[in-house]
Amino acid sequence: MGVRTWIDSWPVYRQLKGNDPLGRGAAVKSPLSSERKARLDTADRVVKSICPYCAVGCGQDVYVQDGKVTQIEGDPDSPVSRGRLCPKGSASLQLTTGSAREHQVLYRRPNSTEWEHLELDTAMDMIADRVVKARREGWEWEDIHGARTRRTMGFASLGGATLDNEENYLIKKLFTALGAVQIENQARV
Amino acid sequence: MAECHPVGFQWVMEAKARGAKVIHVDPRFTRTSALADLHVPLRAGSDIAFLGGIINYVLQNDRYFRDYVVAYTNAPTILSEDFQDTEDLDGVFSGLDTDNRTYDKSTWQYEGSPDVRATSGERDRAPMDGNRTVTEAGRGEATGSGGATLEECDQERDVTLNHPRCVFQVLKRHFSRYTPEMVEQICGVKQDAFLTVCEMFADNSGRERTTALAYALGWTQHTVGVQYVRTAAILQTLLGNIGRPGGGIMALRGHASIQGSTDIPTLFDLLPGYIHMPHAHTDENLDAFVAVQQTRKGYWGATRSYVVSLLKAYWGDNATEENDFRYDYLPRLTGSHSTYDTVRAQIEGKCKGFFLLGQNPAVGSANAKMQRLGMANLDWLVVRDFSLIESATWWKDGPEIETGEMRTEDIGTEVFFLPAAAHTEKSGSFTNTQRMLQWHHQAVEPEGDARSELWFMYHLGRIIRRKLADSTDEMDRPLLDLTWDYPTQGELLEPDAEAVLAEINGHDSEGRPLSSYQQLSSDGSTSCGCWIYCGVYAGGVNQAARRKPGSEQDWVANEWAWAWPANRRVLYNRASADPDGKPWSERKALVWWDRDREVWTGHDTPDFAVDKPPWFQPAEGATGADALSGTDAFIMQSDGKAWLYAPAGLVDGPLPTHYEPQESPFPNALYGQQRNPVRQLLPSGVDNRYHPSGAEQGADVFPYVVTTYRLTEHHTAGGMSRWQPYLAELQPEFFCEVSPELAAERELEANGWATIVSARGVVEARVLVTERMTPLLVQGRTLHQIGLPWHWGPNGYAVGDAANELTHMSLDPNVHIQESKAITVDIRPGRRPRGPAAADFVRSYRTRAGIDEHTGRAQ
Repeated sequence: MGVRTWIDSWPVYRQLKGNDPLGRGAAVKSPLSSERKARLDTADRVVKSICPYCAVGCGQDVYVQDGKVTQIEGDPDSPVSRGRLCPKGSASLQLTTGSAREHQVLYRRPNSTEWEHLELDTAMDMIADRVVKARREGWEWEDIHGARTRRTMGFASLGGATLDNEENYLIKKLFTALGAVQIENQARV
Repeated sequence: MAECHPVGFQWVMEAKARGAKVIHVDPRFTRTSALADLHVPLRAGSDIAFLGGIINYVLQNDRYFRDYVVAYTNAPTILSEDFQDTEDLDGVFSGLDTDNRTYDKSTWQYEGSPDVRATSGERDRAPMDGNRTVTEAGRGEATGSGGATLEECDQERDVTLNHPRCVFQVLKRHFSRYTPEMVEQICGVKQDAFLTVCEMFADNSGRERTTALAYALGWTQHTVGVQYVRTAAILQTLLGNIGRPGGGIMALRGHASIQGSTDIPTLFDLLPGYIHMPHAHTDENLDAFVAVQQTRKGYWGATRSYVVSLLKAYWGDNATEENDFRYDYLPRLTGSHSTYDTVRAQIEGKCKGFFLLGQNPAVGSANAKMQRLGMANLDWLVVRDFSLIESATWWKDGPEIETGEMRTEDIGTEVFFLPAAAHTEKSGSFTNTQRMLQWHHQAVEPEGDARSELWFMYHLGRIIRRKLADSTDEMDRPLLDLTWDYPTQGELLEPDAEAVLAEINGHDSEGRPLSSYQQLSSDGSTSCGCWIYCGVYAGGVNQAARRKPGSEQDWVANEWAWAWPANRRVLYNRASADPDGKPWSERKALVWWDRDREVWTGHDTPDFAVDKPPWFQPAEGATGADALSGTDAFIMQSDGKAWLYAPAGLVDGPLPTHYEPQESPFPNALYGQQRNPVRQLLPSGVDNRYHPSGAEQGADVFPYVVTTYRLTEHHTAGGMSRWQPYLAELQPEFFCEVSPELAAERELEANGWATIVSARGVVEARVLVTERMTPLLVQGRTLHQIGLPWHWGPNGYAVGDAANELTHMSLDPNVHIQESKAITVDIRPGRRPRGPAAADFVRSYRTRAGIDEHTGRAQ
């Protein structure tokens, strides 16, 4: 190690000589910390998104590396939020990538005390059968006064306020075509 | 707002930094109060008295914006001689049918105009034959015959505002008893604080200044919730604060797309774009349906185009002029089918299957026990969520298992849990609280079995259609004739969200994207899934994905995303200019008439036909938008005016009236009528009992008022926050906020436990003794209020009892929303009983208060 390098490795010297007089940045970095890179710097791409919590609609930048979301930050371009996120929005990395998320279909038989696993395709097929049956059993062509109703009271749906417009559109469209009227979401609550 | 919408609140602070005054009216002192110029604590459930008091101040002291009021509101309109006000009838309006808990609204109409239409709310209710009336959601088409020939223009108006039956004078009389003394008696707000609010509000309104109101569920979760917002609308209209920059009434909504799920409704009573679901009727058809909804004047005049284009989006080539565009394929309503009515249907065994799509009613809906009892009586339940929320696991670990009221082995409900995809794993649009659609792009593929709702609905529909493909049953035609062929992407076969957005936007007969709802046609040549969203895909470009940085735009920033309708950021912004088309003042200019170019122009998209001059008078017999004059700023209204008085559209009165909540420690100081006489009560099962109120015997068993609320660190019923370690650490458990005085009265220890009980249930919470809760002096005695955040349940990292164990199902009759913002309870120190003792404890309270199936149900 030359004298020059030796002096440069001394934080106080760097602090006095460089652009970090208060010693809060580059001046006090060790070789180890100066080699570290922020997740944001190494991301493969940044995907534009919107916070999924409340209806303010803050902009989010989603950082992706090797096919995984590695960080979610506020989008400074958003005229709504100017880069800011609240505690919930800031925790949306945990929401989306945390270990509390389930990734498998679970099934509870009638009167059973436990969950069991089910293939997604099997579950979809079973749910479809149940919709067809409940719909038919709850079908009403007319109400008690003889007015045409053309509907089913056999099944209901609740949810939509946390979903996309496109998703709500398909929920309403499909369930209406099936004749269901008991379609609701958090806006009622 | 600082608590629940902190990033939105930065703009309030920006305004404050520029000299704006911030007033916070809330039972609790919160982070918002800490940053406000003035915090006014009031009694939960008394806001109509408070706002009505401000209206009275404005009217008695001539502080209203007279030029605005005369030009743009129905203040000059003369009412029918038959109308009787709460002043005449001790708290009720003319037309009350006490047997059926409903109003005959015929006497509420304008003079000479017996059939004015509301453009939102209840447009289509009418008495049924004979003595029967449909109380919850009537048969609208019955009034259809007169619909298309309305003559709203024939209304009599007195622009001097002196006619004793003009809206202005009726309003003045109606609110005259909402004096500062009365506000103090009802709200517990000292007169000097109240008058300070009145003066600040009025001083900051008029030509040069505007005042904005922001509210959330503190105004809506009441048996008179819609009328709370109506009171705000009257006040803002009188002060000229609508349609102008810095004005308005802003709903601070709590879910990313709760506005979107109202616009494209997953709601029982609406079709996309606020078109009402049809009601059952013996001889209905498209003509009758349209006739009831459309107005002669204004943009609802084109209702038929909106409806036909929707039917074309649903049934495509199968919808033709000859078959009424498959109008008959729509299912019909016969009453309220709200989620609370559905709980009843589940308990009665009529509703056998239930989808929960990102919602957690087992702890998140009022009267959580009833929600679980409903689910326990289903054949099957599908829960789609991120984690195992309480609504997925109640059958093995719910409170009723603990109390022994249910046994897992006895519960026959089949439960499917399907993991959902997160916002980063799918593309789509959220509509924020300002009506702005913002697109989020997919970043990664969902893992394992996690899928989007788009995937789930599309493939469920595909599978069911395949299973029924050979059916010849007429029942299955709407499903088999449905357009359901969305392109899919990737290995998971995820439907293309942008293709769905394009269908919502609509296209012409050649398949070209439409750019405006004014292009919609009633002849079947256009298709549009939601008319108010028409233009979001104009030019085949996803306008919701526009992201020109805010720093590169002006203060309106209308090149960021897209707001409905027509990318307009302030509704009714024609009212930002005077009748001649000039801004009321330069500092409040938004849009104006450019005399040289003869067009409306300005900072925002003008909310008016761009070439219609301010002096325009419609031709005789003109209809729809053509019938709007150059000063009819409220273009969606059937008379082009803002309604200070609502002659139609509300089922519980044309004017707001203070009623006590379903449960209240006090009698109504204003009228003999205690509660909203037409509030919606659910049939009285033992688990949904109401408390006695006011001077009734047993009311003192539940002497305290609970109000529920949210925290910065959690989200609604906790499904998206109690499982996140960061958030769980910030707010780890359920607590109650009580004042030092209440803590002393009930021997509650800080950081200890409190047991809170109602006739529905019992919960325990950690005690937070804080001066943020202020005891109030109401009608001569001290009232203590208890604050309860409602995010918790037994699952996740941050656990606790659910506040909704205490709440009941009594609903606003217009929109069927429950009253969870003001209930009565008792509180005592220590933890709650466990096991069967918990149920016994609740029962003992019911007995002590003498509660039975009749309690609280009197009109």
